[in-house]
Amino acid sequence: MVATSRTTVSTRLPKMSIVVRNRGRIVAGILAVWLLLWLVLRGTHTLALGGAQLTTVHHWFNDLNDAIGAGRDSNPLFLYFFDYIRVGIDEFVVFVQSIIAQPSFDRPVPLIGWFGVVALVGFVSWAVANVRVALLATAGFFFLGLQGLWRESMDTLALTLAAVIISLLVGIPLGIWAGMSDRFNRLVTPVLDFMQIMPSFVYLAPLTLFFLIGPASATIATLIYAAPPVIRLTAHGIRSAPHDTVEASESLGSTRTQTLTKVLLPAAKRTIVLGVNQTIMAALAMVTIAALIDAPGLGKTVVKALQTLDVGTAFNAGLAIVVMAIVLDRVTTAAADRGRRNRPYRIVLWLAALPTAFAVWLSYTYVWAAEFDSSLDIGSRIAVWAGDATTWVQSNLAPVTNGVKDVFTLVLIDPLQSVLADSPWWLVAAAVVAISLVVGSVRAAIVSAVCLALIVLSGLWSDSMTTLASTIVATVFTMIIAVLAGVWMGRSRRADRVIRPVLDAGQTMPVFVYLVPFLALFAASRFTAIAAAVVYAVPVATKIIADGVRGVSGTTVEASVASGSSTWQTITKVQLPMSARAVALATNQGLIYVLCMVVVGGLVGAGALGYDVVAGFSQGQLYGKGLAAGIAIVLLGVMLDRLTQAAANRTHRGG
Amino acid sequence: MHGTQVHDTQRPVISVRNLWKVFGPKAARVPGSAELGALSRRELLDRTGCTAAVRDIDFDVAPGEVFVVMGLSGSGKSTLVRCLTRLVEPTAGEVVFEGEDILRADPKRLRDLRRNKFSMVFQHFGLLPHRTVVDNVSYGLEIRGVSKAERVKRAKEVIELVGLDGYEGSYPDQLSGGMQQRVGLARALAGDPDVLLFDEPFSALDPLIRRDMQSEVIRLHHEVGKTMVFITHDLSEALKLGDRILIMRDGALVQIGTGDELVAAPADDYVRDFVRDVPRSHVLTLKWIMRPKRDDDPLDGPELGPDVVVREATRSVLAAEKPVKVVKDGELLGIVGDEEILSVIAGGSDS
Ligand SMILES: Nc1ncnc2c1ncn2[C@@H]1O[C@H](COP(=O)(O)OP(=O)(O)OP(=O)(O)O)[C@@H](O)[C@H]1O
Ligand SMILES: [Mg+2]
Repeated sequence: MVATSRTTVSTRLPKMSIVVRNRGRIVAGILAVWLLLWLVLRGTHTLALGGAQLTTVHHWFNDLNDAIGAGRDSNPLFLYFFDYIRVGIDEFVVFVQSIIAQPSFDRPVPLIGWFGVVALVGFVSWAVANVRVALLATAGFFFLGLQGLWRESMDTLALTLAAVIISLLVGIPLGIWAGMSDRFNRLVTPVLDFMQIMPSFVYLAPLTLFFLIGPASATIATLIYAAPPVIRLTAHGIRSAPHDTVEASESLGSTRTQTLTKVLLPAAKRTIVLGVNQTIMAALAMVTIAALIDAPGLGKTVVKALQTLDVGTAFNAGLAIVVMAIVLDRVTTAAADRGRRNRPYRIVLWLAALPTAFAVWLSYTYVWAAEFDSSLDIGSRIAVWAGDATTWVQSNLAPVTNGVKDVFTLVLIDPLQSVLADSPWWLVAAAVVAISLVVGSVRAAIVSAVCLALIVLSGLWSDSMTTLASTIVATVFTMIIAVLAGVWMGRSRRADRVIRPVLDAGQTMPVFVYLVPFLALFAASRFTAIAAAVVYAVPVATKIIADGVRGVSGTTVEASVASGSSTWQTITKVQLPMSARAVALATNQGLIYVLCMVVVGGLVGAGALGYDVVAGFSQGQLYGKGLAAGIAIVLLGVMLDRLTQAAANRTHRGG
Repeated sequence: MHGTQVHDTQRPVISVRNLWKVFGPKAARVPGSAELGALSRRELLDRTGCTAAVRDIDFDVAPGEVFVVMGLSGSGKSTLVRCLTRLVEPTAGEVVFEGEDILRADPKRLRDLRRNKFSMVFQHFGLLPHRTVVDNVSYGLEIRGVSKAERVKRAKEVIELVGLDGYEGSYPDQLSGGMQQRVGLARALAGDPDVLLFDEPFSALDPLIRRDMQSEVIRLHHEVGKTMVFITHDLSEALKLGDRILIMRDGALVQIGTGDELVAAPADDYVRDFVRDVPRSHVLTLKWIMRPKRDDDPLDGPELGPDVVVREATRSVLAAEKPVKVVKDGELLGIVGDEEILSVIAGGSDS
């Protein structure tokens, strides 16, 4: 046993590393040529474009926007299709808002005030999950009121709920269909993949073309982002229902519908609830981002504060988002894990509905229960405190933070950006296509060529290269951290137990939240955006690597140890090479997550494409440029995704 | 092939004729083609990418009979039994149940048959984890639209019949494997079917529980007297339960017969291998070991029937002074002496 494993280790790895080394040499050669030419040609053919400068493509997008805007009242496609969807969704959102968030029905306050909402949240949490999370949820929502952000929180909650309800109404039936029909499953899987690799903020812009800036676009964007998990997990749950049980049900003469409702859905229930959990978290994340297209709520408070660099207020609102995320996540996770209930428990639960209804009635009738008492507000104090802390950090830790920031900027970001953005565009393009060919495949090279050509067309070449530089730096750092943490987790169960919950928590947080502490530490700069992107992307990459390392067969590791390898040798010669595919996959996911943060980073000084997108939302004449920037981000994403996947497949095949 | 026809004069409950099940692309061409049908399973797979899980099988099951299907893993037993109620759709052939070809039934009729005439017990139980024992047992009645009160009443009856009273409110994961399979059994009995199908129902259980469950099936068979088709790969189980046994290899039928027929007259080496380790004295009957009467045989010894198992006859044959006469309906069939008995008990060698 040991002997055979050892031979596999010793015969397979060198072959692979020779191939890798050869490819590495070619890539190094390409890079060397590029650097040489850069020294000579830098500053020429860079296609740079000033901040307010526009190209014909941008004008054309502007005109398109205007034309669509002008045609909105006459074009039948709008009158009978888009407008119906827009108005329908708008009204639904307004309806949900009028219940918990906005004054409505000729009342100065929403139908249900804070007291009723807190009671309802507690009751529903208890009903779907357990008492413990019900207490957590009640406390969490009460805290939102204390923060002085009740209305904003309820706006965010209303939008999230509206989007989640529509997502589930669409997603669960689609998921069931995909679970029952192989053909439909094959059809939707690539579509879902694509929906999920698209940086989520990018489709905000095109959506506003058709649905205007406002709740409808925000909800549809949220829908696109949030529906895939529940579709996927519903289908997965149905597909993995125990075959025996399904067969037993059929053998007793069930119809298809009976098998679905009595066997498949109950069996898939836990998985579906997990899908609902992911959908809710994705919706919350997206609703806060949709503040960029004027969606009301906490996200808007954060965006405004970020734009004025008011860290204190951003911190307070960010904290509210975290609280809401924790509550929603804990409640739905606990709902998935809920055990069986006996009868007395159910009776007590029904009895608890009475005081809840009473609380709702109170909050409908009395002002004290409708509006959160603003004298209890601790939010402004939190904001002041966070602002003070930031000032203190910035004035006292400045040598350290600025030092770190400057070193990174000078040593890494600037040179890379200079090589990418100051080279002639054709040089960069040629080098990227060549590298795609060497480490990826012919197909990857063609995809790269097409994407690069389209980026040139978008008129934002220079900005794209700046963004690409930040993306590469962020991805490299993500991977360094992910490999270190992933290997540690993969080798030690204890480390896994400690780190994994932290990563899980990190993954459920809406992206905005990451920006705030980094803004406090490093002020607005490219470095801040990169740091936030790294923190955002590390959890997913780390988990993939940890699972890959853990997946390396124990016998092989044992054989390597038995033949006298040191720990370091075991890691570098056995565990990492054998989980090469996981590392490649982690790089791919890391890249996509980093790109997702590009737009958000635009808010805190990342500049380039992210800034173009953000500016496009706020300034009419930059609309076209913003749209082009969004497209450029997608193009970068598609190119990097295809390239890393091709590289991963190649690693997998070992040559 | 041996003994394809039912010995009884009664009309069979199930007649299977030329039954084929082929998995794979364009499966339907295989049964029709003499050339493809003649290939071995391996060759067929290489040539066409198809697996013939059941190939050209014929048999009849008599009312009240326990019919056992046996074979090694992968020989197509599960596929065969699923073809009977079209849980797996057969590729070609006929399955006639009470004069009706099941393969021609429309979906509604098929559902009716499954609801009222057949029930199946599965290897891994196939219970619904989110339902209590009562709700599992009454599931078949529920989907027929039987009222709640009535189906609970019926469920309680069968739960008692399989010896699970007191566990009505438990969930499957709170029960041991043996108890779970009792639930599976109760579920199959609840609809009062004519035919019970068992697909290796006890192979997931440990040996002691398995023995209990086998006795349970024998007891139930006596009590409710249903026709049973029982799949197993365990020969001792087959011999214990089966009136007749069908042996399959690579999807094809090798031999059908009673236990003693298989042991005494195996059709080929495959069957011989199967029955090699059987204690022959427990299975063989006197008719298989008797010798023709010789002239010098004294004819005043005791008499025994031809279907007496050797083990049971041993004591009387050895105790008797004279050789034992094997007699049926007053006719002398042969003679069994100490020598014949001892050769069975001592030697494993084939007769
Ligand atoms: N759905 C299927 N698709 C393709 N091949 C199948 C399918 N089901 C069964 N087979 C093949 O048919 C053959 C017979 O399988 P079957 O499950 O009937 O055997 P079995 O005798 O029940 O074996 P076991 O004792 O392991 O349960 C096997 O070679 C199996 O691979
Ligand atoms: Mg089987």
